[in-house]
Amino acid sequence: MSVIATTLKFKENAHAALTDARLQGALSFSRNFAVRRAAAADRLAEFEALRDSARAIKDHTLTHLDLYLAAYEEKVRESGGHVHYAEDAEEARRIIIDLCRSFDAKSVTKGKSMIAEEIGLNDALEAAGMEPVETDLGEYIIQLRHEAPSHIIAPAIHVTKKDVEQEFRKAHRDLPANRDLSEPEALLAEARAILRAKFLAADVGITGANFLIAETGTSIIVTNEGNGDLTQILPKAHIVIASIEKIVPTLEDAAQLLRVLSRSATGQDMSVYTTLSTGPRRLDDPDGPSAYHVVILDNGRSNMLGGEFEDMLRCIRCGACMNHCPVYQAVGGHAYGWVYPGPMGAVLTPSLIGVVEGGQLPNASTFCGRCEQVCPVRIPLPKMMRHWREREFERRLSPAPLRYGLGFWAFFAKRPALYRFATDVAARGLNLIGRSKGRLKWAPLASGWTEYRDLVAPQGATFQRQWRAKSGATT
Amino acid sequence: MSEMPAAEKSSQEERRKVGLFVTCLVDIMRPTIGFAAVKLLGDAGCRVVVPSQTCCGQPAYNSGDRQTAKDLAKQAIDAFEDCDYVVVPSGSCGGMLKTHYPELFKGEPDMAARAERFAEKTYELVSFLTDVLHVDKVNARYDGVVAYHDSCAGLRELGVKKQPRRLLKSVEGLTIVELLEAETCCGFGGLFATKYGELSNAIVARKAADIGAAKVDTVLAGDLGCLMNIAGKLQREGSAIKARHVAEVLAGMGDLPAVGEPAKGERA
Amino acid sequence: MAREKRSDDVNAREAVLANIRRSLRVSGDEAPRRFEVETRLGEAPVGVVPKRGQGDIEARLATFKAEAERAQATVEVVASADDVPERVARFLRDHNCPATLRMGADARLAAMPWGATALEILHGASDGHDLSAIAVAFAGIAETGTLALASGSDNPTTLNFLPDNEIVVLTKDELLADYESVFAKMRAAYGKGGAPRTLNFVTGPSRSADIEQTLLLGAHGPRRLHIVIVA
Repeated sequence: MSVIATTLKFKENAHAALTDARLQGALSFSRNFAVRRAAAADRLAEFEALRDSARAIKDHTLTHLDLYLAAYEEKVRESGGHVHYAEDAEEARRIIIDLCRSFDAKSVTKGKSMIAEEIGLNDALEAAGMEPVETDLGEYIIQLRHEAPSHIIAPAIHVTKKDVEQEFRKAHRDLPANRDLSEPEALLAEARAILRAKFLAADVGITGANFLIAETGTSIIVTNEGNGDLTQILPKAHIVIASIEKIVPTLEDAAQLLRVLSRSATGQDMSVYTTLSTGPRRLDDPDGPSAYHVVILDNGRSNMLGGEFEDMLRCIRCGACMNHCPVYQAVGGHAYGWVYPGPMGAVLTPSLIGVVEGGQLPNASTFCGRCEQVCPVRIPLPKMMRHWREREFERRLSPAPLRYGLGFWAFFAKRPALYRFATDVAARGLNLIGRSKGRLKWAPLASGWTEYRDLVAPQGATFQRQWRAKSGATT
Repeated sequence: MSEMPAAEKSSQEERRKVGLFVTCLVDIMRPTIGFAAVKLLGDAGCRVVVPSQTCCGQPAYNSGDRQTAKDLAKQAIDAFEDCDYVVVPSGSCGGMLKTHYPELFKGEPDMAARAERFAEKTYELVSFLTDVLHVDKVNARYDGVVAYHDSCAGLRELGVKKQPRRLLKSVEGLTIVELLEAETCCGFGGLFATKYGELSNAIVARKAADIGAAKVDTVLAGDLGCLMNIAGKLQREGSAIKARHVAEVLAGMGDLPAVGEPAKGERA
Repeated sequence: MAREKRSDDVNAREAVLANIRRSLRVSGDEAPRRFEVETRLGEAPVGVVPKRGQGDIEARLATFKAEAERAQATVEVVASADDVPERVARFLRDHNCPATLRMGADARLAAMPWGATALEILHGASDGHDLSAIAVAFAGIAETGTLALASGSDNPTTLNFLPDNEIVVLTKDELLADYESVFAKMRAAYGKGGAPRTLNFVTGPSRSADIEQTLLLGAHGPRRLHIVIVA
């Protein structure tokens, strides 16, 4: 996985996605998430109240983030763990590699972590001569394919079972060639066996954290497979990589967020495994890591505080926004070109890699508003995408034809009498051209429309012109 | 409308001077929607005026040009100053006027207050009829099986969902079939449709397929932008399904040429 | 080298915290903010608690069973702790599993009459070669049919993840209503601000839907979760 962004090529990426029949077939599997989320929300009378509560907790925490981080650190140290801060991706990679070297790590198992994707950790581990093994089944599949995750919860959602069979046959050469891998059950059984050996052999386990609890110095991971747990309890060291806004104040606060997380993500009331980990093993523990290290990453997030994009730091990475987004559903996650896809990716990416690189993403939206409607912490995603468009406009980054077109339109729109005259002329003109069919197959500047759709022709004189004629107005 | 005694008429006039914000798409592309709105409002006892108007500013706003958006907003607020209500046959422009105008002037107390007052008196057309004027049926006929597409802004910014269905139920001869994905975006998104044409096409193709699967002869919506997009796709695919604005059907104008159809007397 | 690294760490910490404070336009010394944080951490206010798990013991048992089964766990109720070994032996037979069972040092398990069955009992953490294990839950949560399991030599954490089959025992009155009740119990056991090394919340057996969204059990953790509630 590389952190080089192809966000500037969003249109090309989207085109490739739209013409990829296999991907389109696989994307249909993701349509279920929305149905299941709706069912889970309906089933819980307190769901809306929990969303408000979750939002309030995140807002409170963000405005006191420095103090909660300090409190969290203190508790981690008290329990025998270590906390390291990393300002950026490079620093985080260096800290983790150094830690892994100090444990003589050859094999490193990994629980799913979007932060690890963000900093390009696997490539760095390999470059340092270590073997990173993704253990989340979806992440394992895309690791074999040398691909990035295409969804923050279901990373291999774009992969068909035939694709998986192909990868397993290529990678697991020691197994009998004539084995039947046509069904998901067989694929899962094989992955389980292969990864079980890796779990037991790992020197270091690296996970992300869904939340970090300041009150107790605890990291929380949420999985369905149990891979995160095997990653963190079997090796001699457990490294947690998490970004600064993962902090929540108390256990009770974590419960509020956990109650909306799984429901929003997959429609489950609770994930199978929600694990609270606090420090390394204690005298009475016959298992667990001997060393526990937490790497806290900034990478541009502290700049978002106190500004227009602060609300984005409430995100709890549930994926509901992309599950409901017509753009994501059409092109999948890879088209977005970096780590984070869908609406949350469109808002977060320019904050992390800059609006010059990432600005395509917040433009590729109809502002339908479904993302905001389902966000468990009520992030106003379309509004923040619009803020990015404002930044681009101020910096003259939007394409020239668009700026001129809008300027042209604005010139008339600010002059009502001229507007009424000009629009009436244009309407009657286009009507003449298109009147026989009532629609046009082509119009100037509109090829983005007419390549795929007919364009309605105006009916004739404008409404205002007709109204004034009827009511006898003179202006 | 029958003649009324002068006193009653003038008090009605004082109560319900409704400014029609016709929207630039309706103004330029399909004025019959504006006339349908006038008829519906008139039948419900309103005095309709049409102040000189241009664009609500949404294209500029959504493209990041706040200044132009503010200039056009002020223009609109000024033009409709002496109307009791501002009614819009569009969820998208209605949403702009009602939910975004106040936000545009945050930090400018005087304009913000004016924008708030403007927003308070602004309504999307169908929900104005049902929620403010308490109209619960119309006197119209439309022989057809229709699906109603919930335009995003109308649905999510203005809460328009049940109201058009309630009034459509009272139209003689009309049957409503619910789309599986009625609330899914049609892919118009204003400038998005031309800027990201291929992507917009993929989204409207799904919408067209959903409409086709519902086996209806007509698709209705409260937004001309959505209708142009959906009709354009259906027609390019050779479908016979007609697209109409819900106001036209409710006003008894359902026999007009549908969106994208030639005027009567022209060969198709 | 070590000193350089330490100061690097300290520099990064100071830089990040300073940037946070700069963005928030605070110095970090403001008394009201500190007070708010200390108060919240100290009082740990409870938020919205769903009604679903509430009620008396029988109501909680019914809710727990329904929710746990919804997550594909199996649940049975036995009259006394002495009945547990026989039920467990039967469970293993029913699923064609070898008559071997690993457990921790929990005294409540030790007190059960395992000798009355033909089960081979192994003690301690699992090294991956156990097909079946049994643990005693720290608590049950009726709200979501969830088990809370705490680390330690009594019930080692590896027992919850390595074996194919996990059996968890708890008494009926350990079925609490909600997560908040578990946290209260945790504070009583580990002190305010304390926690076990690992607290697992387990809801059903391990699963994955990563292959074409097909739901499969036994991804990496146990394929089967069987819950025995002692009335």
